[in-house]
Amino acid sequence: MIRNTDHMLDISSHDVLLVGGGAAGLRAAIAVAETNPNLSVAVVSKVYPMRSHTVSAEGGAAGVVRPDDSLDEHAYDTISGGDWLPDQDAVEVFVQEAPQELMRLEHWGCPWNRERDGRVAVRPFGGMKKERTWFAADKTGFHLLHTLFQTSLKYNAVTRYDEFYATKLLADDGQIQGVVAIELASGKIQAISAKAVIVCTGGCGRVFPFTTNAAIKTGDGMALAYRAGAPLKDMEFIQYHPTGLPFTGILITEAARAEGGYLLNRDGYRYLQDYNLGKPHPGPVLRSMELGPRDRLSQAFVKEHEKGRTIEGPYGAVVHLDLRHLGEKKINAKLPFVRELCLKYENLDPIKELIPVRPVVHYVMGGIHTDRDGATPLKGLYSAGEAACVSINGANRLGSNSLTECLVFGARAGRVVAEFASVQRAPGRHLLAQAVDEETRLQDQFLHKAGGRERISNIREEMQRTMEQSAGIYRSCESLQKAAEKLRELQDRFQDVSLDDHSHAFNTELIAALELGSMLDVAESIIHSALHREESRGAHQRTDFPARNDQNFLAHSLATRTADGLPGVSYLPVTITRWPPAERVYGK
Amino acid sequence: MAEQITLEITRYSPERDKTPSVASFDVPLRKEWVVLDALNYIKDKVDGSLSFRWSCRMGVCGSCGMTVNGEPKLTCATFLTDYAPGPVLVEPLRNFPVMRDLIVEITDFLAKLAKVKPWIIRKKEMPVSEGEYLQTPDQLDAYRQFSMCINCLLCYAACPVYGLDPLFAGPAALALAQRYNMDSRDEGKNERMDILSQHDGIWGCTFVGECTQVCPKHVDPAGAIQQYKLTAAQEWVKSLILPWGGK
Repeated sequence: MIRNTDHMLDISSHDVLLVGGGAAGLRAAIAVAETNPNLSVAVVSKVYPMRSHTVSAEGGAAGVVRPDDSLDEHAYDTISGGDWLPDQDAVEVFVQEAPQELMRLEHWGCPWNRERDGRVAVRPFGGMKKERTWFAADKTGFHLLHTLFQTSLKYNAVTRYDEFYATKLLADDGQIQGVVAIELASGKIQAISAKAVIVCTGGCGRVFPFTTNAAIKTGDGMALAYRAGAPLKDMEFIQYHPTGLPFTGILITEAARAEGGYLLNRDGYRYLQDYNLGKPHPGPVLRSMELGPRDRLSQAFVKEHEKGRTIEGPYGAVVHLDLRHLGEKKINAKLPFVRELCLKYENLDPIKELIPVRPVVHYVMGGIHTDRDGATPLKGLYSAGEAACVSINGANRLGSNSLTECLVFGARAGRVVAEFASVQRAPGRHLLAQAVDEETRLQDQFLHKAGGRERISNIREEMQRTMEQSAGIYRSCESLQKAAEKLRELQDRFQDVSLDDHSHAFNTELIAALELGSMLDVAESIIHSALHREESRGAHQRTDFPARNDQNFLAHSLATRTADGLPGVSYLPVTITRWPPAERVYGK
Repeated sequence: MAEQITLEITRYSPERDKTPSVASFDVPLRKEWVVLDALNYIKDKVDGSLSFRWSCRMGVCGSCGMTVNGEPKLTCATFLTDYAPGPVLVEPLRNFPVMRDLIVEITDFLAKLAKVKPWIIRKKEMPVSEGEYLQTPDQLDAYRQFSMCINCLLCYAACPVYGLDPLFAGPAALALAQRYNMDSRDEGKNERMDILSQHDGIWGCTFVGECTQVCPKHVDPAGAIQQYKLTAAQEWVKSLILPWGGK
């Protein structure tokens, strides 16, 4: 570690640096350590890694394991589920490596549910034609994250920077070589250099007001990459999960429907049968009704609401999720967390009562543009997990593909980066100058600024309202244009933001300001990408362009930051290997 | 005017204050609000300098543990109305150094967790390509409860032994050690036993049981520690009467 005596700034050096310590980041860190044990790995995370949002994932992780299943079927479900926007070469890699990654977690101690003979159990899931979702009750993400975190503790090569917030990527002649980060405990600015950086910071659900996403999901990594010049891909595709609890937005896992739960309208009628999703049967039918894909179920909710057949609740319209017929034993065995959450936050018992639910922002299919190895167009910059867009999710992600995606592409990025870092020269110490500049910026813009008039929470709330009104389940040119103007106004007002807190130790208000800055950039990329895509596909439904248009838009959008700060949108063709575009058929 | 409730919150800034003080804030009393919602209301609308940790707001990330009216609680799962008419006293978790306002220093726990080797230890690792280690539902049940620990550290805040003897490994780290000891895939029990049967291991626990009472996930660390003591005592007896300590 060297010290710049003028500014008292530190620089520490590693071979590989992870930003984010959730499933993708920890899997990547372990992959680096196992590929080349001589490399030094840094994990920079704004929370202790076991607090990462992976912890909230409930239902499970998909990977072909049963003899009656096949990789091709998993690929087909994923591609059709994504409305033919996934890159098929990436999907093939994904389904092929999924089972071994889940098995590796088994070997590391993940408490997967089991069959009576001791083999790993699988459950059905939405949009999947076969049972292939591995699960640890309905706390799969929690167990997966803690297994990875606890396993990571045995690798001495991994150095953690817990509660460090990365504010900027260090770049040298176009090559990414580390980050500038704030140590939350002290408020100290530090440069952490590395031969390569992997961004695994997850999604950005907090740009919307009603979301399952934890407070930390503010798109920081996406903004870091975007500001450094990397494109954000397919950002217009935002997933609404059909079953969130009103007010809190707490997720009721799709596993509740996979185990046999019904969605009912105000008349107690299984309304999904009216939306081309098949006919109702007493038990769950794969790729049908309640086990249709999330985009179609959330859209059906809006239509049902327009028909006046939803139920008015204190926090907006709801429908009912009915688990009563599953019985106490099954609910306690397979869905204990669902019961716990309903009892705690809705004061109701799903064994005896209906659960009020409504669609809730859950996931962003888009992210930092990467190839199958996690590489971005910027040398030295990689990404994996929800922060990245490979793309395997296309226009709509299937439930239980995201945890697996974190593992498969986290591991791939880790291995590739280990090779890359093994042959790169160490970054120079002159990078410290960039940290000095960044410290000056943070002081001028936030800590030492006098006379700002804007409150963080006001701008944040206006941004969230704008996003919900314009980039929700249905969008139009008019609403999106209005949102684009509003976001420009909010960007201007953000320059005038004022903090109550000018201290250094644990200044969480400064972090909230920086997170808001990230969210505003990410929100603009969403709105502009949505505005340019004049078709309806998967989770992107335009009322003014209601049909899919393969001729013009069988392509990924790439939002790249331009000189005036606005995103410029261009397109990249989708890779098709064996599954030519076709209609999405469910319930047949 | 809507009904209000008063929160009395510990404030402390290491740059400004020699000792912590208490500040009062009035917030709307809404039936669906948890204590964490009230803290966020204050931070957003009244005083942006109030500092605390939080993330998932659904009781699983373990970030938002604080002392509420004297008891360690997850503030995202503690409803304001349960404390009406108030005031509600919100303090940092006890038994930890305070860094700022409601934020405590927890690196001691992280170090202790790593020390108990909370990972699967095997003499010989089977290749992943050969499939899973078989584990029946009963074998899963043997350790499942201990695997539910979210590291919220309410148990450390409640533990009278940890309060007096910071060398004590503490309830969560011990429960997680036992989580691996009881896992049919693991062969690291002896390694962990050597670490844990020292002074700062299990013998520190006096079985007061406060840890189990405050655990929001029903992990029962006190039960884990008792199981462990029993095994350790048996091992000790074996080491006296069997050649090579029975290993």
